[in-house]
Amino acid sequence: MLQVEESKEERMKSGFSSFKVELWKYQGERGALIPLLQSAQESYGYIPESAIDHISEVVAIPAAEIYGVITFYAQFRLKPMGKNIIKICDGTACHVNASSAIIKTIENELRITNDETTDDGLFTLQKVACLGCCSLSPVVMINEETHGRLTPKKVQQLLKEYRERTQGEAE
Amino acid sequence: MKTIKVGLGTCGVSAGGDKTYEAIKYEIEQQSIQATVKETGCNGMCYREPLMEVIDEDLKSYLYGEVTPERVKRIMTEHVLNGTPVDEWIVQGGMPTEDDLFLKKQKRIVLRNCGIIDPNSIEEYMAVGGYQAIQKVLKEYSPDRVIEAIIASGLRGRGGGGFLTGVKWRFCRQSPGTIKYIICNADEGDPGAFMDRSTLEGDPHSVLEGMMICAYAIGAEEGYIYARAEYPKAVQRLKDAIRNLLAKGFLGKGIFGSNTNFSIKIKEGAGAFVCGEETALIASIEGKRGMPRFRPPFPAQSGLWGKPTNINNVETYANVPWIIVNGPEAFSSMGTENSKGSKVFALAGKILRGGLAEVPMGITINEIVHEIGGGIKGGKKFKAVQMGGPSGGCIPASMGDLQIDYQQINKTGAIMGSGGLVVMDETTCMVDMAKFFLRFTQDESCGKCTFCRVGTKRMLEILERITDGKGQEGDVELLRHLAYQIRNNTICGLGQTAPNPVLTTLKYFPEEYEAHIKHKKCPAHSCPALLTYSIREEACKGCMACAKACPVEAVSGEKKKVHAIDQALCIRCGKCFETCKFDAVLKD
Repeated sequence: MLQVEESKEERMKSGFSSFKVELWKYQGERGALIPLLQSAQESYGYIPESAIDHISEVVAIPAAEIYGVITFYAQFRLKPMGKNIIKICDGTACHVNASSAIIKTIENELRITNDETTDDGLFTLQKVACLGCCSLSPVVMINEETHGRLTPKKVQQLLKEYRERTQGEAE
Repeated sequence: MKTIKVGLGTCGVSAGGDKTYEAIKYEIEQQSIQATVKETGCNGMCYREPLMEVIDEDLKSYLYGEVTPERVKRIMTEHVLNGTPVDEWIVQGGMPTEDDLFLKKQKRIVLRNCGIIDPNSIEEYMAVGGYQAIQKVLKEYSPDRVIEAIIASGLRGRGGGGFLTGVKWRFCRQSPGTIKYIICNADEGDPGAFMDRSTLEGDPHSVLEGMMICAYAIGAEEGYIYARAEYPKAVQRLKDAIRNLLAKGFLGKGIFGSNTNFSIKIKEGAGAFVCGEETALIASIEGKRGMPRFRPPFPAQSGLWGKPTNINNVETYANVPWIIVNGPEAFSSMGTENSKGSKVFALAGKILRGGLAEVPMGITINEIVHEIGGGIKGGKKFKAVQMGGPSGGCIPASMGDLQIDYQQINKTGAIMGSGGLVVMDETTCMVDMAKFFLRFTQDESCGKCTFCRVGTKRMLEILERITDGKGQEGDVELLRHLAYQIRNNTICGLGQTAPNPVLTTLKYFPEEYEAHIKHKKCPAHSCPALLTYSIREEACKGCMACAKACPVEAVSGEKKKVHAIDQALCIRCGKCFETCKFDAVLKD
């Protein structure tokens, strides 16, 4: 079963996005729309218009209906996202433990607000309801890493680390 | 040889557990230590993360708390290599500690293996009795007998509804049709609740086994797990667990050598709170917008793709194998008249020991907050607990002796919900709390019912103006009126319960609303618009720290002279208050 993961990487190397492969594999399974959209977003970082057209053709669901599904769910994006996605938790526990100060710090540091991307394309900011790490509140999740027990100072440090790391990777 | 376990649930990792794990492996190599290192889930003591357990050759266990990579070397050298435990960092297993209180009143059924076994290892799950319940059921029980056992146990749906699980199963079993489905609702969306995440990360097999038993009882051959997109680790654990099951031939055709077939698919949610509602969840699995529909027909009659479908949540399924192995009586002997067994609560907020605690039903709120949770952080005063998330309500500290039981909690106007228990102290504003939850439901309303779509928006606007100091005479009455309209004119649980946070705070904290509306004051000193900052002349040393911190230059004054704040310029950001070392800034 591990082979599946490896071959996926190989496919990426060969120039086929995992999204395209998912589309080819589609054989009329029910309920495939959302997984296909997720796959498109994973491949491109957002759902481009062309992906909607492709899906519509293959799955035989009108593009308008697909658009309706995309806009219903918080996860889906129609615009490109930054390299790092910051999810700030504003759940109950974080709210009670002053997540507003964390949110403000990030907004000031990056000069963007909820659902926006920085001009350099490094960060996208999303406010989310609860990341389920309430006992470590306040919490943010950057990409798939969760960071807890934050203070405004720690957040500044964290942003710096990610900025350096991402710029380092680019070079 | 000693065994070392590190808690690597999402909570452990976000506290730095993976670095601790690496440091342990490094030390083992560097010092050529003979020891096995294992990964485990969360044992509930999130407040002490990262956690590291050392089990000696004689099986005596020592749990270390707050194990940063810097602490690893000493523990590895002194304890693991030379056999002398590092007493000062032990939270459990050495001398009695305060932390023992955290576990003392707990009764672990759902969390029985969390933090104990390696969640990635099906062998470890089987070594502690895993997959015996399903084998017993397949060999000895008829489907009806399984259902009878679950009914006799008194298990209620742990997702929030509190409906008797066995009765729900029977409805689905009795529904005509040969194709049936079961679904595990792992779309834990209540802000403040994380027990399902922890269970899936710490013991995924117990949930899968519970699903197998349910499938057999109902006659379903296909199961779905609808998992929340924000829980990547839980999804990964489930995928690995299913892969292990397939490799052993425990899933698929003829499970455990019986003639029962069962397969499980994972569907990742795409971020919509309303999908926790059964009919919305089904729509989402079908690939549509996750909007609830009228019931009846209930999912047990016509659910996924029009077939009879049973939906339970993670915690409910995790209870099932335990009930089969230990007998329904063992489960029903715990708890109160109408609420049996145990319930996992996620303790968070202003509590000293935040984490996951599984307690027998019938325990009081005070016992949870003060004994298990260790009371309020920073010695502040306990004000209220919020139970049931956006569908629940705030229960005041004065009702702390209330027994946790579905009926008792409902009587207060809150609900048991999925088990989020957020503790609030005197600095939490209850109007702000109501506003917080309403903003959440307003945001998550699917828009189908007018009263939920528009009504919550109007309520939110009223609450916003109250906390902005622009509250008007009659606002409270208007809030109540809207609340009842929304409750009575919406089709799903989200709308019907959305007003609960407002109604409970109105019921138990009317004076706070009054202070905001009539006197333009926030008694908890929390709503920024209602605060004034001023300088206490007798305490001001003239250090200029607050003047430098002020972003709008509202603080005037010279060095060594008493400062003053210009109220017309002040934006009430509180920077001066935070900066002052002499308590010379007064917040009122």
